[in-house]
Amino acid sequence: MAAVQGKNLVKYYKKFKALNSVTFEIKEGECFGFLGPNGAGKTTLMGMIYGFITPSEGEIEIFNQKFNKHSLSEIKKRIGVIPQDNNLDPDLNVLENLIVYARYFDINKKKATQKAIELLEFVKLDDWISINVRKLSGGMQRKLIFARGLINSPDLIMLDEPTTGLDPRSRRQIWEKIEVLKHSGKTLILTTHYMEEAEKLCDRIAMMDKGKILVIDTPENLSIKFGGNLEHVYLNMTEG
Amino acid sequence: MNLKRAIRVWQRNATVYKKLYRSSLTLNFFEPMFYLLALGYGLGGFIREINGMSYIDFIAPGIVMSSGMFAACYECTYGTYVRMFYQKTFDAILATPINFNELVLGELLWGATKSLIYGTIIVFVISFFGVVQSFYIAFILPIIAICGLIFASLSLIATAIVPGIDSFNYFYTLILTPLFLFSGIFFPLDGMPEIVVKISNINPLLHLVNISRAFCYEQVSHILIYDLAIILLYGIIFVPLPFILLKKRYVL
Repeated sequence: MAAVQGKNLVKYYKKFKALNSVTFEIKEGECFGFLGPNGAGKTTLMGMIYGFITPSEGEIEIFNQKFNKHSLSEIKKRIGVIPQDNNLDPDLNVLENLIVYARYFDINKKKATQKAIELLEFVKLDDWISINVRKLSGGMQRKLIFARGLINSPDLIMLDEPTTGLDPRSRRQIWEKIEVLKHSGKTLILTTHYMEEAEKLCDRIAMMDKGKILVIDTPENLSIKFGGNLEHVYLNMTEG
Repeated sequence: MNLKRAIRVWQRNATVYKKLYRSSLTLNFFEPMFYLLALGYGLGGFIREINGMSYIDFIAPGIVMSSGMFAACYECTYGTYVRMFYQKTFDAILATPINFNELVLGELLWGATKSLIYGTIIVFVISFFGVVQSFYIAFILPIIAICGLIFASLSLIATAIVPGIDSFNYFYTLILTPLFLFSGIFFPLDGMPEIVVKISNINPLLHLVNISRAFCYEQVSHILIYDLAIILLYGIIFVPLPFILLKKRYVL
C-alpha cells in the first residue's frame, strides 16, 4: 500500500515554478529520500506532504486520504515532522518542550510524560530533562527535535536534513535511531545533502533538480545505471 | 475550526507565560501605576475636580481599560511576531493536528486573556486607592475581555502587515498613542471642538472607558447601550480580519 502518492504536483510562488509536475509514490514501510541541490523543490514537497503547503495543481494523498478541511488534522495526527530549523520553545526545558508538543496531539500529561521519558532515553537526553533548551548544544537540540517528532507515535516520519550541522558521533547516533525506526516498520521520508547518509538509509531515492524529479530508484541501481557512487550520480545529474 | 485545538495554542502560551510572568509583569503593571501616581496625584494637585470627582478618581477607571488594551497589543504584536518569525513556533504547531485558523484563534484568545489579567490587576490597584465604589465593578471584567479581543485583533492585523518588527513603532506611535490620549481617560472630550469630539467617537477605547467609568461609579444609564453597541460592532468587524490577513502573510 502507498503511504504517500503525489500526482503531477505543481507549485507556483507568484510566477516562480518551484515544483514542476512531480509524480511519485512512497510505499508503506520504506525509507524514501529526496536528494537535490538547494532550491530543487525538496522543502516545498515536504511541506505539501504534511499539509502545510497547498499544491497549485495536482493531487496528493497520504495513506489514501486527500487533504481537506476535515481530514487535515486526522492526517497530521499520523505524521511526525522533524524539521530542519530549530523551532523548540526556547523558554521551556527539555521535558516541557515534549509535553507541550504532545498536548497539540491531545495526549494527556501522564501519558505524555511517560512517552517523553521513553523518547529521551532513546535519544540519550534523559539526564537533561529539566535543563532549559537554550543551554543544550546544537547536537542535543537536534536530538530533542528528533524525539519531539516521535511523541505522537507517527506512522509516517518526515526527516528534513536531520543531521545537518552535527558532529560525526551525533550523526551516527541519529542514524542508529533512524535504523531502529525503519526496522519497526515506519515509513520514513528523508532529505539530505549527505550522499553517504542517503546511501546508508534510503531504500529508494528521488533525484530532484529545478522543481522536477529526474529519476527514482534504489541507490544500488542508480550507481549501476549512471556509474560511480551516489555522489557522482548526483553531480552528473543536477546542475543546481 | 475546532475550539479545543485553539485552546491547545492558548495553553502553550499560558505555559510559557507561567515561567516568565515575573519579568513581563513589571512592564504591564508599573506603567499604569506611574500614570496613576504621576497624573492622578501629581497633575491632580492642580486640578480641582472634573465632573464632580477628584482627578485620580476621574482617570482611574480609564487606566483599567488602557492597561488592558496595551497588554493585548504587546502580546499580539511583538509576542506573536516573535513566535511567528523568530522562534518559528507557528511552524512547530502547524506540523501537529492544529490548523491555521485554530492557531490564530488561540493567539487571539491569549491576547484577550492578557488584557483580562492586567486589567483585573489594575481594578485591584484602584480599589486600593479607594476609587471603586460599587460592586458593579464586577461587570467590568467581561468588558475588559472584549477590549482584549478588539485590540488583540487590531494588533494581529498590524502583525500581518508590518514589513519587519521595527515597524511596530508606527503602530504604537501613530495609532495606539492617539487612541490612548483621545479616549476621555485624562480629560473629558465634551469641551473640545466639535470635530475632535466627532473623530474621537470612532475611538473604541473611548467607549470602553465610558463603560468602565460608569460601572466604577454606579452611573449606569441607557447611554451605555450606545457605547456597548459600538464596541460590539468593533469586535464583529475586527475579529475576522487577522484570520484572513495572517493566512495571506504566512501560509504558502
